Amino acid sequence: MKPGSIAVIGAAETTRLGKIPDMSVIGLHADAALNALADCGLTAKDIDGVATAGESPVAIAHYLGITPTWADGTAVGGCSFMLHVRHAAAAINEGLCKTVLITHGESGRSRVGSGGFGRAPSSLMGQFEMPYGVTSPPTMFTIPVMRYLKTRGYTEADLAMVAVIQREWAAKNPRASFRDPITVDDVLNSPMIAWPFRMLMCCLVTDGGGALILTSAERAKDFPQKPVYILGTGESVETPMVSQMEDFNSSKAFRVSGKKAFEEAGITQADVDHLMIYDAFAHLPLYGLEDLGFCKPGEAAGFIRDRHTAPGGKLPLNTNGGGLSYMHSGMYGMYALQESVRQMRGIAPAQVPGAKIAVSHGVGGMFAASGTVIFGNET
Amino acid sequence: MDRALPQPTPETQHFWDGCKVGELRLQKCTACRESYFPPRPFCPACGSRSVEIYKASGKAILYSYVINHRPRPDMGTAPHSIAVVQLEEGPRMMTNIVGCPQTPEALQLDMPVEVTFETFGAIALPFFKPAGA
Repeated sequence: MKPGSIAVIGAAETTRLGKIPDMSVIGLHADAALNALADCGLTAKDIDGVATAGESPVAIAHYLGITPTWADGTAVGGCSFMLHVRHAAAAINEGLCKTVLITHGESGRSRVGSGGFGRAPSSLMGQFEMPYGVTSPPTMFTIPVMRYLKTRGYTEADLAMVAVIQREWAAKNPRASFRDPITVDDVLNSPMIAWPFRMLMCCLVTDGGGALILTSAERAKDFPQKPVYILGTGESVETPMVSQMEDFNSSKAFRVSGKKAFEEAGITQADVDHLMIYDAFAHLPLYGLEDLGFCKPGEAAGFIRDRHTAPGGKLPLNTNGGGLSYMHSGMYGMYALQESVRQMRGIAPAQVPGAKIAVSHGVGGMFAASGTVIFGNET
Repeated sequence: MDRALPQPTPETQHFWDGCKVGELRLQKCTACRESYFPPRPFCPACGSRSVEIYKASGKAILYSYVINHRPRPDMGTAPHSIAVVQLEEGPRMMTNIVGCPQTPEALQLDMPVEVTFETFGAIALPFFKPAGA
């Protein structure tokens, strides 16, 4: 895409986040969508493109009363929304539609109107991973990490430090689920989930949703909010089986997606003022910093320990508190995008002063997929 | 609770048949000689459909793992390893490490392990144990 040709004009999360037992999955999608429409002064009748994951775009369009000329149901896990942004930008530029609504809603904690986590026993995962006792992300996403720690010379304390610093960001955010300060010892002494992962190295499980509305940059100036431009995008997928990822020390999907987005935007890592790296678990920011080229392999843990990503540091990372402390409904990518948009609008609770370029990097499945969106508040 | 077991497909039947007779079967491309896993009727490296099934050595190293402290109901109640081993022939596969304590001290990365099979009804699962144990 041409950098800056598309903009986010509406962005909102669900009215509440956390524990929402009185709303179903599709209800959360709709709440977020209505909030995003209100944010830009549009109604469902003004929307002609719909993208979502978790629910079908058919269900969302019908529920909200939208008659789209373009629909995208790409569902590759938590980064699906990054891919939706990318696909929507291409669709708008191609003239397939003018105004796209992207929705997310998930009853991750209360499980109201949500499906299960099962895998068919005849699928490749069902045959070659499920028989060994993998349960859910804490026993799958974590599989490569012992190898990664050994290769890079990182320690359990390095994983813990990721959670500690993100809690510092969360403390600044009234909507964050966990805001009390924690120490490395607190993390290492929290209950063991799946060695070497303790509870505080794993994301929250909460209810919530979010929605984005995109249109062309020319039209974007006519809406009430400051436009947030899309400068570059990337996506890739690798394997549905974490045991089969090519390199346990690096995500191929991260590298491909990140490189594509930076090339498209025509920027370098030094140009980035604000960064979101989807943190379902404490190792993901380490992989992300290395695979996106912000740190050389082996230097990410020291970069975090030296407070470069902490409040006051040169590369503010996961400033909403992240999946570890802010919220995590299951497909967290939408919340990373929302924080990037807030930072570019200049309205984030932990606002990075003068930030002009924000990178939002997502993961889907267990290193299965990736999507990257680079935002700017100037064209 | 019965253990969750694989349901073989036509493309993977040879692997599970092999496990029942105590053989870890891999596939190899006759064109580029690449060994690969999981099973499929073509080479993922070069796309050739000319592939052969062979009996692997069963030797591997422990490549990475977690120790699940919250086992699935069908996996019992004690913490257990969920591991990836790197086979001597190259491919990696998920498994459980058995025949040793399920502790970080006993489960050292790169330690040599060897295949062992355990039967659950119509299926035998390939596990790995410390070599020579």
